[in-house]
Amino acid sequence: MSTVGAAPGPSYIGVSYTLRSWLTTHDHKRIGLLYVASITFFFFIAAVAAAIMRLELVTPAGDLLEADTYNKLFTVHGVVMVWFFLIPSIPATFGNFLLPLMIGARDVAFPRLNLASWYVYSLGGLFVIITLIAGGVDTGWTFYTPYTTMFSNTHVVAAISGVFIVGFSSIFTGLNFIVTIHCMRAPGLSWFRLPLFVWAQYATSLVMVLATPVLAMTLGLVAIERLLQVGIFDPALGGDPLLFQHLFWFYSHPAVYIMVLPAMGVVSEVIACFARRPVFGYRFMVYSLLGIAVVVFTVLGHHMFVGCQSMYSGMVFSLLSFLVAIPSSIKVFNWTATLYRGSVSFEAPMLYALGFIALFMMGGITGIWLAALAADVHLTDTYFVVAHFHYIMVGGAVMAYFSAIHFWWPKITGRLYPEAWARFAAVVMFVGFNLTFFPQYVAGFLGMPRRYHAYPPEYEVLNILSSAGAAVLAVAYVLPLIYLGWSLLRGPLAGRNPWAATGLEWQTASPPPRENFSHPPRVNGPPYAYETERGDGP
Amino acid sequence: MVPEALAPAAPQFEDREQRRAAATLGMWVFLATEVLFFGVLFGGYAVIRLLNYDAFVVGSHHTDVVLGTLNTAVLLTSSLTMALAVRGASLGQRRATTGWLVLTLLLGLAFLGIKAVEYHQEYQNAVVPVLAFDYQGPHARGVLLFFYLYFVMTGLHALHLIIGVAVVGVMVVRNRRGDFGPEYHIPVELTGLYWHFVDVVWIFLYPLFYLVARV
Repeated sequence: MSTVGAAPGPSYIGVSYTLRSWLTTHDHKRIGLLYVASITFFFFIAAVAAAIMRLELVTPAGDLLEADTYNKLFTVHGVVMVWFFLIPSIPATFGNFLLPLMIGARDVAFPRLNLASWYVYSLGGLFVIITLIAGGVDTGWTFYTPYTTMFSNTHVVAAISGVFIVGFSSIFTGLNFIVTIHCMRAPGLSWFRLPLFVWAQYATSLVMVLATPVLAMTLGLVAIERLLQVGIFDPALGGDPLLFQHLFWFYSHPAVYIMVLPAMGVVSEVIACFARRPVFGYRFMVYSLLGIAVVVFTVLGHHMFVGCQSMYSGMVFSLLSFLVAIPSSIKVFNWTATLYRGSVSFEAPMLYALGFIALFMMGGITGIWLAALAADVHLTDTYFVVAHFHYIMVGGAVMAYFSAIHFWWPKITGRLYPEAWARFAAVVMFVGFNLTFFPQYVAGFLGMPRRYHAYPPEYEVLNILSSAGAAVLAVAYVLPLIYLGWSLLRGPLAGRNPWAATGLEWQTASPPPRENFSHPPRVNGPPYAYETERGDGP
Repeated sequence: MVPEALAPAAPQFEDREQRRAAATLGMWVFLATEVLFFGVLFGGYAVIRLLNYDAFVVGSHHTDVVLGTLNTAVLLTSSLTMALAVRGASLGQRRATTGWLVLTLLLGLAFLGIKAVEYHQEYQNAVVPVLAFDYQGPHARGVLLFFYLYFVMTGLHALHLIIGVAVVGVMVVRNRRGDFGPEYHIPVELTGLYWHFVDVVWIFLYPLFYLVARV
């Protein structure tokens, strides 16, 4: 499908080994790896918070933690996981690394802005660490007013500052990607020849750029209101708390799709490669990505069904929320259809990708329950909601993140990982995840409320199961650290294209040279030019 | 020393045209984010005004409509001079461009000066929330919110204008140095886009704060 010459010269890693060369780099590939290091750090901070909470919930009584400490733990877990891990997880790492490679460019459009985004992210992270050291924050990741503006005695402003700052790093990334995809595509790479991963990054970037400023300004107003005791969100000051919730969810519901759209891009690449077939219904996949990016801006009201929003807006938001199911189901249908009559093999990236589909479907279907007005009155603020969004964010986004790590590991590092261990970890992760979160569906359906450190004894068995699952999940998250670390030092060399995958990124060396391609590539055909053994390709 | 392959000016672009397209699109996307930044405030304004309409009428009558109108004229004129500067740059008229840019800069400063006078008056009239607020008439709480929004929104606008003035200043220096010509003047063009955006924001702020039930 394209012609790329041999790439002489050192790889992007071999250009220089100094710390300074990493911290001042403008190379999109290195910036991607800087993000990998940072988000891994924050992932483990937030994971430890979750582990302590699961430990507390093993027994019904609040015997391990004070209620206040528990509140701080779930706030830290939410804030860090959402803004410091999930939002940047795939876009800032694999998006940065792969986007220019996939479109045959030398770099993103604005490399300096790209580096700046990582520094801004780090500055935001610093604020979060300061918040933690100073004693934490207990508002929940949603920062609802008037609790945040009037009543909380914890470090709300520091935490808000961290989230405010980190928002700019996603705006920078989104802006960079949009311009890069528009302006930097290789000759012949028309819009409908783009890999779906690139389309997914495009849709994600649109959401990032349009939603994040709203969050930043809203949280800025909350901080002013808390500091000066004048503002528009606190009813005691004449404000409207529902206004805050609308503005907050204008960002935070689309934010779920900042996490999941790139995951869908990853899964599309992986499924096509390991089914050896072009993605079924390519154009529908594109339209559904864009469709999701539009529709998610219209569903924010489903977070306020019981929050004194009018009944009629509740009905409209319920209907609009159902609509998200349509493009999402198109995607699941098309992935499944891609497998049909393919030569499917089950390498680790594929196991993770199939896990994604299963868990995303579970999360999506329970989302329909929650979008239904009457059901939501019963389920809102229960563990059912917790299980629902963890199926999407952890089951969906994190599984896809691990799929991407394994799929592109040979490209990024130039080495192969141990396949047997990786498959084992994928299975452990799937089992551990379900064991952790499926009981939470049941507990929530039976009425167990979220955000309490103690609970009635009838939920004990379900909570023990969930905590046991969390332990299994922890093993699954630590395993890759070990065998990927081994691979980094001892893994066999991968060569350009160990998966025999299509896509421009596989046609340059592994790891790629600084300028990505020795000659600018040309593209003459559609993506996913896989031929199945039966010869029934496109 | 940083190795050459990592040097700052990574030549990521194929040619000048691609660079120009990228810079222009980047600016438009940035302005889209700005619209959403201000959008939160306009949305908040709409809700609070619906809930406190009478207070907003009172509040609006406490603003200085003469100075506000004068400022609107100053800013609109600055958009004209900015547009002429961009035209001058694209035609390669370096001296004319410098002149128009300087005039734009001065009009921007004039706007900020008049705005400062207004803020001072409001301070003396004790309608500045937190710092000096002593309004005792009807709808006191709503009037407080009106002036809270007034200071947040016009303050953020003024901040944007200060940045704009600084950038125009840089453009004056670069233009005098001979950086721009008919072939390359994207920075002037993009500065113009930003300047017009800040101007458009004011066009919305002016009626929302100065003209409530005043016509």
